[in-house]
Amino acid sequence: MKTASQTAPVKKRKKKSLVKRFLAGPLPWITPMLVLIFAIVLWPVYEMGRTSLLDISSSGVTKGFAGLENYRELFDNPNLIGAVTRTFLWVVIVVAITILISLFLAQLLNAKFPGRRFVRYSLIVPWAASVIMTATSFRWMLDGYYGILNRILLDLGFIEEAIDWMGSAETSLPWLIIVAVFVSLPFTTFVILAGLQTIPGEVYEAAKVDGSSARKTYFAITFPLLRTSLFIATVINLINVFNQFPIIWVMTGGGPGYTTDTTTTLMYKLAFRSQEIGQSASLSVVNFAIILIFVLIYVRVSGFGKKED
Amino acid sequence: MSVTENQTTAAKSNSRLAARRKQAGKTTLLTITGFFVALMFLLPYIRMMFTALTPNDELYKIPADYFPTRLEWSNFVTVWESAPILQYLINTLIIASAATIVVLLVSVPAAYYLARFRFRTRNLILLLVLATQMFAPTSMVIGIYRDMVALGLVNTYLALILVNAGFYLAFSVWILSGFFASIPYEVEEAAMIDGCSKVSVLWRITLPLSLPGLITAVIFTFITAWNEFVVALTLTSSVEIRPLTVGITGFIGLYEVQWHYVFATSLIAIIPVVILFIAIEKWLISGLTAGSIK
Repeated sequence: MKTASQTAPVKKRKKKSLVKRFLAGPLPWITPMLVLIFAIVLWPVYEMGRTSLLDISSSGVTKGFAGLENYRELFDNPNLIGAVTRTFLWVVIVVAITILISLFLAQLLNAKFPGRRFVRYSLIVPWAASVIMTATSFRWMLDGYYGILNRILLDLGFIEEAIDWMGSAETSLPWLIIVAVFVSLPFTTFVILAGLQTIPGEVYEAAKVDGSSARKTYFAITFPLLRTSLFIATVINLINVFNQFPIIWVMTGGGPGYTTDTTTTLMYKLAFRSQEIGQSASLSVVNFAIILIFVLIYVRVSGFGKKED
Repeated sequence: MSVTENQTTAAKSNSRLAARRKQAGKTTLLTITGFFVALMFLLPYIRMMFTALTPNDELYKIPADYFPTRLEWSNFVTVWESAPILQYLINTLIIASAATIVVLLVSVPAAYYLARFRFRTRNLILLLVLATQMFAPTSMVIGIYRDMVALGLVNTYLALILVNAGFYLAFSVWILSGFFASIPYEVEEAAMIDGCSKVSVLWRITLPLSLPGLITAVIFTFITAWNEFVVALTLTSSVEIRPLTVGITGFIGLYEVQWHYVFATSLIAIIPVVILFIAIEKWLISGLTAGSIK
C-alpha cells in the first residue's frame, strides 16, 4: 500500500543541493525560535551570571572584576536569611493550600448544576485580570483606615478597633498568602479540571455498579488518574509562586523594613533601591539555581521529551 | 459493548427513582456552593467597581461605607481626561499584539516541526523550550535590563515586545505541538502525495484543523503580555512607552492614593481581557489537556 520512504517522517533526499537540503531540515523551522530564546532568555541568564562577578558602582559604571565579592556581601546581608526562609515557607504554604482547594474546585466545576457556566466564568476573572490590579484591590479592602474589611469585622463584632493589616508582618503575611492563593487557584483548578475531563465516564459507572462509595471512588480511581495534571499544576504553580512579585510589591513593598520580603522582592530592592547591582545579580543567580533544581526534578520525574522515542 | 451498556442503563433506571430526591438535594447544595465560590472570586472586582464609582468626598470615610450613596460615573471621564489612559492603552495594545504576532510567527513552524519530525537535537530543543518556561522574567530583571542596555533598546516598544515574546513563547509551542501531534499524519500525507509542499500542508491543512489551539495560544499570549508588569516597570521611563499596568501605579502617590481613579483604570484594563478569556474558555480545557497531558 505504502512504500517505506513515504511513511517515514524523515525522508532521505539524495541528489539535492546544499540549499535544498538545508531547507528540508529542521533549521528553517526551528531557527527563529532558537534566536529568540538565545537573545532574550539565555543572554540575560549569562549577563546575570557575569554581572554577579563584576564590581559595579551605584551609578551603573563597571569598575572591574570583583570575583566572589558580591556573593560574600550577599551572604553577609542581614536581610538574606529571613528572605530565604520566608520564600521557602511562602512557596510551600501557598502551593499546598492552592492545590488542596483546587482539587475541590475542579470537582465542583466538573459536576453538573445550574449556573455552572457562570461559576467557571467567575473563576476566570482573577486569571485574566492583572495580578497587580487584583493585589491593589486587596490592599484597598485591607486598608487600616478606609478598608471595607475593618468595617465588616467591626460590624460583626469580631474586632474592637480597626486593624492596620499591612502595618506589621504578623498580620500582612497571612493576607499575602491568601492573595497568592487567590490568584493561583484559577490556573491550577483549570488544569486539574482538564485532567478530570480526560477520565472516561464509563470508569465511574463501573465503580458505581460495583457499589463503590463516592469517597472510595475518588481515592481509588479519580485521584490516581489525576496524577499527571496534578503534577503539572503543582510545578507551574510552584514556579509562579516562587517568582511572585506584584502581590508583595503592591501590598507591603516587602515592608515594614524587610520583614515581608521574599528573595524576588529583595533582589529588586537591592538593584533599584539600594543600587547594589552586583549583589542583586548574585541573588538572582542563587534564585536561579533554586529554580533550576525545580526544573531538573520536573524533567526527571515527568520524563518529558523521552516518552515518544 | 451493547450488553454492558444495557446493564448500566438497567442499573441506572432501577436506582433512579430512589436516587432522584437525593440527587435534587445534591444539585441544590452544588448550586449554593457554586454561587458562593463565584461570589468569593468576584468580590475584589465588585469592590473595585463600587470604589471606581465612589464620589470624591465619600472615598476617605472612616469607617468605610459598604456602598457609595450615589454612583459617580463621571469618574471614568475624569480619569480618562486627567491621565494619559488612552496612550497607556495604545501602548499596551501595541506591545501585546506585536508580542503575540512574534510568538505566532516563531512558534508555529517550530511547534509543527517538533510535533511531526524526529531529529537528533529534538530532545535538547524540547528541554530548552521547557527551560524558558521555568525562567520567569521577574527573577531575571537585572539580566534583561543589561541585555537591553547592550542592545540599545531600553525604553522602546521593541524591548517589551521581544521580552514578552521570548518568555511566553514556550506555552504557545507546547500547546500548538500538542494540537499538531493530534492531527493524524495520514491527512497530511494524502496532501503531500497530491504534491503539496511541507509549508502548504501546514498552511492549508494543519493550521485550519488546529484552529482551537491557535486561538488559545494567541489569546493566552496576548493576555499574559497585556498583564505583564515587572519588565515594563524596569524597562520603561516615559509615558509614550509605558503600558497600562505601570501607568496605573502613577495614581499611587507617596501619601495619597486616588483609589477611585486607580480602579476605574483597572476596570478599563480588565474588562476586555476577561471577555477574551471567556471566549476561549471552551478551548482552554482542551488546550491545557493537549498541551500538558500527552
